[in-house]
Amino acid sequence: MLSTPRVLMCPPTYYGIEYEINPWMDRRVGSDPARSRAQWEALRATLVDLGATIELIEPVRGLPDLVFTANAGLVHRDLFIGSRFRFGVRQGESPHFEKWASTHGFRVLLPPEGLHFEGAGDALFCGETLFAGYRFRSDARSHQWVGDTIGVEVLPLELVDPRFYHLDTCFCPLNAETALYYPGAFDDYGRSVLADRVRDLVEVSAEEAVTFTCNAVVVGRTVVLNEAAPKVARELADRGFATRPLPLGEFIKAGGSAKCLTLRLDGEEAADWKRATPAGS
Amino acid sequence: MSPPQKQPATSVRGEASEEIEVRGHIVDSLLLPKILDRILQLGGSFEILECVIGTRRVDPSRARILVRAESSVLLEEILGDLVEHGAAPVRPEDAKLVPADIAGAFPDGFHATTNQRTQVRLRGEWIAVDAQEMDCGIAVDVAAGTARCVAMTDVAVGMAIVVGHAGVRVIPEERPRAVNLFGFMNSNVSSEKPKAVSLHAVADSIRATRREGKKVLLVGGPAIIHTGSSRHLADLIRGGWIQTLFAGNALATHDIEQAFYDTSLGVSLTRGEATEHGHEHHLRAINTIRRLGGIAQAVEKGVLKSGIMYECIQKGVDVVLAGSIRDDGPLPEVITDTLKAQKAMRGALADVGFALLIATALHSIAVGNLLPAWVKVVCVDINPATVTKLSDRGTFQTIGMVTDVEPFLRSLAEELCIED
Repeated sequence: MLSTPRVLMCPPTYYGIEYEINPWMDRRVGSDPARSRAQWEALRATLVDLGATIELIEPVRGLPDLVFTANAGLVHRDLFIGSRFRFGVRQGESPHFEKWASTHGFRVLLPPEGLHFEGAGDALFCGETLFAGYRFRSDARSHQWVGDTIGVEVLPLELVDPRFYHLDTCFCPLNAETALYYPGAFDDYGRSVLADRVRDLVEVSAEEAVTFTCNAVVVGRTVVLNEAAPKVARELADRGFATRPLPLGEFIKAGGSAKCLTLRLDGEEAADWKRATPAGS
Repeated sequence: MSPPQKQPATSVRGEASEEIEVRGHIVDSLLLPKILDRILQLGGSFEILECVIGTRRVDPSRARILVRAESSVLLEEILGDLVEHGAAPVRPEDAKLVPADIAGAFPDGFHATTNQRTQVRLRGEWIAVDAQEMDCGIAVDVAAGTARCVAMTDVAVGMAIVVGHAGVRVIPEERPRAVNLFGFMNSNVSSEKPKAVSLHAVADSIRATRREGKKVLLVGGPAIIHTGSSRHLADLIRGGWIQTLFAGNALATHDIEQAFYDTSLGVSLTRGEATEHGHEHHLRAINTIRRLGGIAQAVEKGVLKSGIMYECIQKGVDVVLAGSIRDDGPLPEVITDTLKAQKAMRGALADVGFALLIATALHSIAVGNLLPAWVKVVCVDINPATVTKLSDRGTFQTIGMVTDVEPFLRSLAEELCIED
């Protein structure tokens, strides 16, 4: 039997646009604290409504992006591979995430020094395979190290559009055989790998991709995503998925949406390992 | 802080090259083809040195790739790009040396050579291996900082022999970039190629070899004499186009038979018919030479006055005659110990830049085995199988011409000797 979905979130107490490390961020625009709080609460309530247990990490002043818990690390069974952020402004988040993981029953491992790895932002299981984005944030070599460490097949995919700087902004596995993706974020090699390895690829248009439609949270057969993606919602309905569109505009200003605000602790729906019995047990 | 600049290793041709490793699920992720494409797009070239493919889906694969560029600046640029795709420069090790414990045999696990340019790493420095030859081992003189190919039989107790693949790198020959007549030819064997074009290419290549001060080697079989081509080859030797000749007892014997009796295996070379008691001519020719003590003595005494062997003596051509089990006589110059013959051929190969292998399967393959890959080889034979055999045994640089030897040698002699 599957466990109750467990999701790590961080309240947006100190969230704001304080620096610019992707094309979405603009300090002159800023974010509205009240609206951010309301959007974040609505996301939390939706997930709870879908049966998820929400774990919270304490927000920290001066770490506005701690709210994007998807980048904390990568979870595989009881192993938590901590992130090594590319930009100094986010590196301060790592000790907080590692401390949280080690005090909540996870073994914590870190990629070797000198490599960049941004956790579930860039590494997503679909079936038995870990699909991994590289170039803007994570390094291709860090993904190879992750594959060796947990003993899974890793397929690094180069991200070519800086607006889609993390893999979870342009690729979203829905189950072991289905995924949303935005083709324009990949090159020919990446598109070819995805077409070859994901049986049912749902193409997201450029128009819907820029509203962070791929940055969705999947709980069971329900997809929680940013509003303004009617075409994808129809495609999902055709495949028997329910959708819960939410306004998440305040977080899109920082280049994140529903998925970025969550870290699935019991394994994403699309990850085969959460259903398999661990070897040796 | 940027990492310290690594000095790229420079290959023997002055280009920059560096070895990289790519590992992971590089086949299914298309990272390997992508990296190879990137190298070419950025103006470099590559050679896959090793590629180990994982057997199960979770097993990573690994490829070692030698990246080359025409300058170290371009190489750095290419490497910088490849690192983004997960490639890592290989940290090279020194070659592992084991002293030979038995004469005439390598230590177990010895590094077996190819005919390609090879370098071994000694105390952090890449040094070129001398006397490159396929199917040998590499002996290193640690004190002198030199390395050379050594045949199994020449192994002496205590020689430092390279074991394993670490610290050894092979630098394959590049295909000629410029389009020239020789470049247009390739090793596909066909009787249906424009012979005149091929012939000009061979002649040009021989001229170029001589201009570079390198030697031209001719390896010939007795069909040269039987087909009446002896005088064309004699013309080439007289014209100074051949510096080294490898053959067996038969070529020399029938050449001398022709000089003495105008027959080859008893067949008149002017009339084309068998002559009475002609089958004895070659035996009588051998006997005459043996009575005089050798070919050189026969020339000196004025007994032998024409033909290939005569011209060789006159011109001081380096001749190695290697015997076989079916030889009559043989002539005194014929080396009947196979290993000694091999050694003599090896010794005569220094400075050879071009080899013309004509109408002999066994001698061609034997010589092909001894030649480094950068010596141009043209094999002329009426039988396509001879040429393919040569390529199949590793002398892949061979260019084959399927044609009768007489018109080939006649045209080549005309082309090269008319200018003189």
